[in-house]
Parts: sequence; C-alpha cells; structure tokens
Amino acid sequence: MKVDEKLALDAFKADKESHIKIRHDICRSKCKAKYCLCICPGHLYKYDEAADEITVEYAGCLECGTCRVACIEGAIDWTYPRGEFGVQYRLG
Amino acid sequence: MEKIDVVIVGGGLSGLACAYMLAEEDMQVIVVERGDFSGSKNVTGGRLYLEPIRELAGNMFEDAPFERKVVREKWSLLGEGNSIGIDFTGDKFRQEAHSYTILRAHFDRWLANKLMEKGVFVIPKYRVDSLLWEGENVAGIKAGTEEIYANIVVAADGALSFMAEQAGLKPKMKPKGYAVGIKEVIELPEEKINDRFNVDKDEGCAHLFVGDVTKGLFGGGFLYTNKETISLGIVIGIRALMEKSPTIEAHTLIDSFKERYEIKRLIEGGTLAEYSAHIIPESGYNGISKLYGNNILVTGDAAGFALNMGVTVRGMEFAIASGIIAAETIIKAKASGDYSAKTLSYYENRLKESFVLKDLYNNRQMSDFLDNDDFFSYYPNLFPALVEKAMWFGREPKEKLSKTIWEGLKNSGALSMKGLKTLYGMKKI
Repeated sequence: MKVDEKLALDAFKADKESHIKIRHDICRSKCKAKYCLCICPGHLYKYDEAADEITVEYAGCLECGTCRVACIEGAIDWTYPRGEFGVQYRLG
Repeated sequence: MEKIDVVIVGGGLSGLACAYMLAEEDMQVIVVERGDFSGSKNVTGGRLYLEPIRELAGNMFEDAPFERKVVREKWSLLGEGNSIGIDFTGDKFRQEAHSYTILRAHFDRWLANKLMEKGVFVIPKYRVDSLLWEGENVAGIKAGTEEIYANIVVAADGALSFMAEQAGLKPKMKPKGYAVGIKEVIELPEEKINDRFNVDKDEGCAHLFVGDVTKGLFGGGFLYTNKETISLGIVIGIRALMEKSPTIEAHTLIDSFKERYEIKRLIEGGTLAEYSAHIIPESGYNGISKLYGNNILVTGDAAGFALNMGVTVRGMEFAIASGIIAAETIIKAKASGDYSAKTLSYYENRLKESFVLKDLYNNRQMSDFLDNDDFFSYYPNLFPALVEKAMWFGREPKEKLSKTIWEGLKNSGALSMKGLKTLYGMKKI
C-alpha cells in the first residue's frame, strides 16, 4: 500500500491555511541536503523543479515534528495546526 | 485580574494525571487540549508499565481501557536474510498487573472523561499559542483570542513542547536527540491474535526488533498486540536517517519490515486501520529540559522523560509519574502561596527520589552506548549467521560446534580490539 493510501485511512480536518511555512530563500541559498524530502513519514515534501521550490501537502501532516527537528537550516517554520484542525487519531 | 490555580497545556497522560491529583484537592484546574478529544493527537508504541506507578497513581487506573496484559516478551535480531530471537514468558508476568498495551485515543479519552466527572474542565480543540507573562513570571496562557490567567502553568505539551521552549526551559531540538516512530494499527480478529501470538484472551505480546528493520541505522521495530488490533512500527534515529547515504525514505522502512518472513504471516489477512507517527526523545537523562521556572513546571515528554534501553522502551509511566509529582508540588506551593522557581524546585527533588529521575540517571550512559552502529548492523547480522552455521548440515563433514562458533566469532571481528572494547563498554550500562 502506498503512503498516500495509508494517509487516506486517517481522519484529517484541513485548515485553509498551512501550519507549515517554508522559507524558500533559505532552502535555495543554504540547504543542499533537503532532508525533508526523505524524512517525512507522510512523504509530504516534494521538490518543484520548475519553481525551484520545496512544497508540502500540509493537509496530510501527521504532526510528528520530524521535519521541524531535521531542518537544521531553519527553513521550516512549523507550528501545530490551530485547534479543531489537523489529524485526529481514532486509535493512536 | 482573576487567576485560577492551575492551567495545564496538553491533555495527554502527564497533564491528565496532574489534573486528576489536583482535582482530589479541590483545586481550580483547566486542561487545554488541541485535539478533538484527549488522545486524538497522541501516538504510542505502545505499552504502559503500571507497576512503577502503582503507588503514586492510587486508584487512577481502576477500570482503565487496557488492551492486553503483556505476558510474552520477545526480542529479535534481524539479519539480512535470517534472524534469532528470545521468547520470554513467566508466571509472574501472568499473575501480576505489570504492563499493558494501550491505544492512546481510547486510553487518554477515558481518563479525560473521568476527570470531567470529577469537575475538571478538559477543554478540547484549543491550541495554546503562547504563555502570558508578568515580568519574569509566567502568568497564564493564550489560546487564540482566549486568555487564561493562572498561578501556575504546567507544560504537558509533548515532545515538541512549544511552552517549555517559550519559557526558555528547553534547549533547541537537535536531530541526534530524537527518533521518529512510524506506526500502523492493523485489525485482526481477537482469536487470531491469541493463536498467532500464543497467548490467552486479554493476554498479549510485546516484540522488539533490531537490525535489518532499520537497514542498520539507530532504531528498531516494534510489535504490540492489542485486543483486536496489532500495533506494528519502526523507530529510527533522525540524525542517523539524515546521514544515511544513499538516502532512505523513512516511510518505506515499515513496508520492508512488513515484507519480512518473520512479520508477514503474523499480520496476514489484517486490515490497516490507521497510520501514525511521532518524534520520541532519545537522549535519556542528558536530554532532560529544565524542569521548572517561576510559575511553570514541565512534565512528561515535554521534559524529555523517555528511556530507550535497547531491549525496552519507556515513556508513558514517566509522564504519569511526573504529572502526579507536579501536582504534589503545586499543592505544596499553593499552601505556601509562593509559586517561585525556588519553591517549585521541590518538583525536581521529588523526581530525583522517584523512579523517574533515578531510572533515567542510572541509565545515563545508555544513549551514548547505543550511539554505535554495531548494535544495529554488525551484531544483528553476526549472531543469526552463527546460529545458521551451527544449524545447517551440508555435504561437507560438520566441524565441532565449539569450533564453528569460535571461528565465526574470530572471523567476524567480534574478538578484535574494537569488538572487545564494545563488550567492555557494556559494564557502563
């Protein structure tokens, strides 16, 4: 089963605005490794070559915090989603 | 402005345990939880060791929705194409209420409901954005447009604790200090679980795996049996994953784990019910935050109370115990009318007398000891290979068993200076 199919089993309530802000200037100027692309358990980070930008599908975020720890350049500005939003585990 | 006694940020196990004890003393307590209900943002492996907290918790966990009592402890070294394991069970584990598997969305929710019956407000769906300050002292919290002023704030907001960070109690999080746990909950009929894991009704199995499951990186695999589900997952060091070349996509590790012969048949026919992940503090004693400041205490994962000893992983009972000890501290502070850091240092002293800081301190060299790739690649390949050699009869005449083992150890380098140094290092843990 692919990871997006796994995420589809979880209950999410998506906010209009992303709780993950990416500072593209830092990604471009400082970050070569792009750890976010492989480290996210939801595989939500992608690299958009045309725009030279990292994108994140925040609506499928499991709120684990891994990217916040792994982004050592500080390009990922990560908070919890606002109350009422984000993943809602039914088993946990 | 009007202040209540206590506001607790986070309705997980440490926050709820703290509120439970405070409610017994008729204190005004509000717990603020960002999820739809307590437990809806929480992830455990997981198993709760009840025995260490039995006295502290009193009757808190009577009628708790435990999944299964763990009576079978398994531990496996996974080589690339083979494995060996330990399968322990004991009458003591079957007779005593030692440890239980749980699912947090059920467990925490149950405890929160119990609290509400006691008159404690557990307010869901509110994310606490910041602390309120009066000079150098914490004075409450702000959640959206709501402000709650309190004599004391308990930062029980988990491993990512934004509150402890804002209060300047928690150092910047570094990749070396954390692992990520990735878990699948797989539904299987109760009878099937009993049969496949060789346990009676309501009895369960806890199984940890080291080696190929993380492709030789810091971490391991876990399997816990619940009533009608299995919690299966991997834990992997964030720094180890970052340094891996060529890179591994974290989410693929659990798939290759499930493909292993050792796992495949155990979950066959099961239905995936939920996919979850969370970071885990991995520095043990050395990763603990400052535990108190003026009008603030830090509990549970927020404080870094988690202990990986390779063969066991613990966190939730530390969370519960620290929440209870925080409550004792707050009761004492209220009696004296003084919530300064000086008074609240009682919290740390009490934790030092309890198993929380004792266990963490006694195992303070564990995280450095485990910071050795040999444990995750070399040994998990070596030992199954030795057993394979001993068990296999080919066309060639068989050598003496002692020779097979001796030669195997010698050729593998286990008896080299480096290998012996690692063995010697074991006395530190």
